[in-house]
Amino acid sequence: MNRTSTISKNAENDEVTRLYRSLKRIRRIEERIEEIYHTDKIKSPVHLSIGQEAISVGICDILNADDFVVGTYRGHALYLAKGGNLESFMAELFGKVDGCARGKGGSMHMIDVSANVLGCSAVVATNIPIAMGYAWKLKQQGKGDVIACFFGDGATEEGVFYESLNFAALHKLPMLFVCENNGLAIHAPLEKRWAHFDICARVSGFGIPVHELTEMDIFKIRSTANEVVRRIRAGAGPEFMECHTYRWSQHVGPGEDFDSGYRSRKELEKWQEKDQVARLAGILDSDLRARIDSDIEREIKDCITFAENSPFPRNDDLMTHVYAE
Amino acid sequence: MSMQNDNQRLLSYPAALQEAVDQEMERDERVFTFGLDVDDHVAIQSSTWGLLEKYGPERVFSTPLSEDSMTGFAVGAAMAGMRPIHVHIRQDFLLLCMNQLVNMAAKTHYMYGGVVKVPLVVRAIIGKSWGQGPQHSQALYSLFAHIPGLKVAAPSNASDAKGCMIAAIRDDNPVIFNEHRMLYYTEAYVPEDPFEIKPGKARVSAEGDDVTLVGISNMVVECLRARELLAEKGISAEVIDPIWLKPLDMETIITSVSKTGRLLVVDNAWTVCGMSAEILASIAETRNLSNSMQLQRMGFAPTTCPTSPTIEEKFYPSPATIASKVYSMINPVAQPWQPDPEKAKLAYQSQFKGPF
Repeated sequence: MNRTSTISKNAENDEVTRLYRSLKRIRRIEERIEEIYHTDKIKSPVHLSIGQEAISVGICDILNADDFVVGTYRGHALYLAKGGNLESFMAELFGKVDGCARGKGGSMHMIDVSANVLGCSAVVATNIPIAMGYAWKLKQQGKGDVIACFFGDGATEEGVFYESLNFAALHKLPMLFVCENNGLAIHAPLEKRWAHFDICARVSGFGIPVHELTEMDIFKIRSTANEVVRRIRAGAGPEFMECHTYRWSQHVGPGEDFDSGYRSRKELEKWQEKDQVARLAGILDSDLRARIDSDIEREIKDCITFAENSPFPRNDDLMTHVYAE
Repeated sequence: MSMQNDNQRLLSYPAALQEAVDQEMERDERVFTFGLDVDDHVAIQSSTWGLLEKYGPERVFSTPLSEDSMTGFAVGAAMAGMRPIHVHIRQDFLLLCMNQLVNMAAKTHYMYGGVVKVPLVVRAIIGKSWGQGPQHSQALYSLFAHIPGLKVAAPSNASDAKGCMIAAIRDDNPVIFNEHRMLYYTEAYVPEDPFEIKPGKARVSAEGDDVTLVGISNMVVECLRARELLAEKGISAEVIDPIWLKPLDMETIITSVSKTGRLLVVDNAWTVCGMSAEILASIAETRNLSNSMQLQRMGFAPTTCPTSPTIEEKFYPSPATIASKVYSMINPVAQPWQPDPEKAKLAYQSQFKGPF
């Protein structure tokens, strides 16, 4: 799609501007996390989304405030794309009491109920049926709200994924299943895990419409989600999107791992050519882009200051919230 | 509980459960019940009888055989503000649900900083007899009692079944609700109006001076029977029903043991790392109790539950073995005593014809 001609004016809130702001903001936040990490201020295993942001950003762009999302331990991009609070996000990474989970969850359990971001889980595929429970309620409410459930290719190897596809299809639940297929489960490539990997064919067998997006094109991701979600809102039942993508950083922790032998830098370079942050930066008017970039830097600086200044939990916080009162 | 008041009726255990769920579903439209076969003609041994007709298939429904996913579904619905009751015809199937129960249901409130709650009830029936065998007989409540964030109920009579169920449904935390299949044959006077048997309060089911018997789940009934046998030997046993295993009311047990000086915990499960271990450890940690106190426990034989009745019978504590054990605690140097086998028969043995 040639977008250049349509966005020459770069209005403050047009689609490209919105998408760029969200993409760039997530990218920069995670780059700052990488920079801070060596100081040991973030004592939480971080699974960075760098390189994969366009899926969360493209899909969340077409969701309403009343829609829900649920993600995984690699969930920073989704949390931020859906509008999760940045200050409490950073404070959570710092283990502070003003964190979104009061310092009890950390990087893998980000949550913001005011933005309809359900808590993320560290156990692969665990959140898929959780999303279904929400979808049940959304269906009963009948207001056309949906829940988008994000997971990786590894999750499609868990039995609960198939159990959930069946139940969601059976009850026509308002769910968008989103597989972020980065081709790796920790360090194991698909070839070591599957005799025949065709996730769309498998999901299709449940009577669920499938959409495979191989190019990491944020506009295609967004427009596909837009059509799909319109049908889901109308009560047509769940649909499935497989978005091919690539994890630039190592599985967990800051930085790269291309010297470890299980994948090559060439692979990375191929995917970096599709980098949607750079792509949209190239489309935007340079003054507007500079303004957005500087806003983002200020926002990040402020949230880090907030996180640093927030107190650690008190000793008695250890035993609060074991049970709901 | 055995007293008949104006508004009390003699109800069976499943009828009391059904009434509790019915009253709560009527009171609170967020309550729904689901699980394999809850809406069929057997109606989980009548414990969900009539609910489908009254509340419809959106609030009473069967599911695919997908325990893992259905548990996550229940957790999600609870997080979303509903109040699900997930039913399992046998407790053994809970092992398919462990990830969702332990990693999500138990931890959600804590790991998300208190911003979401999981008001979930998981009903799970413990099987026994008529060849239930290795995978239809397990009582796994101690696994759940081990996990912070879960509550565990094990009511031993119809009245408590109703009160505990209503309390469990109204509780904002996940509750593992243990129903022993043998208790389904028992009846008790049950108040008609809704009432709660809240977590954390045990009951002295029968008073006595010589020994404290703590029975878990169905073993309360066996202990009460053993108490009758012991009375013939002049031994007065106090029987305590914890009702809720988590939170566990140790105060009531400690008060009793302080009086009797002897404690026998009879569990409807294995002893190793189980509720009996927990109760004895808690007593041992209580400083002001006498060092001369006798602490004993009984439970399943440390093996898999067999199917054949001759060895299945030896797998479980019974009124006879409980009474015999108590006699030896009180008369350590005397010859062991075995009660008359005819008198020691379990009540259900004459009623139950199987199959389930």
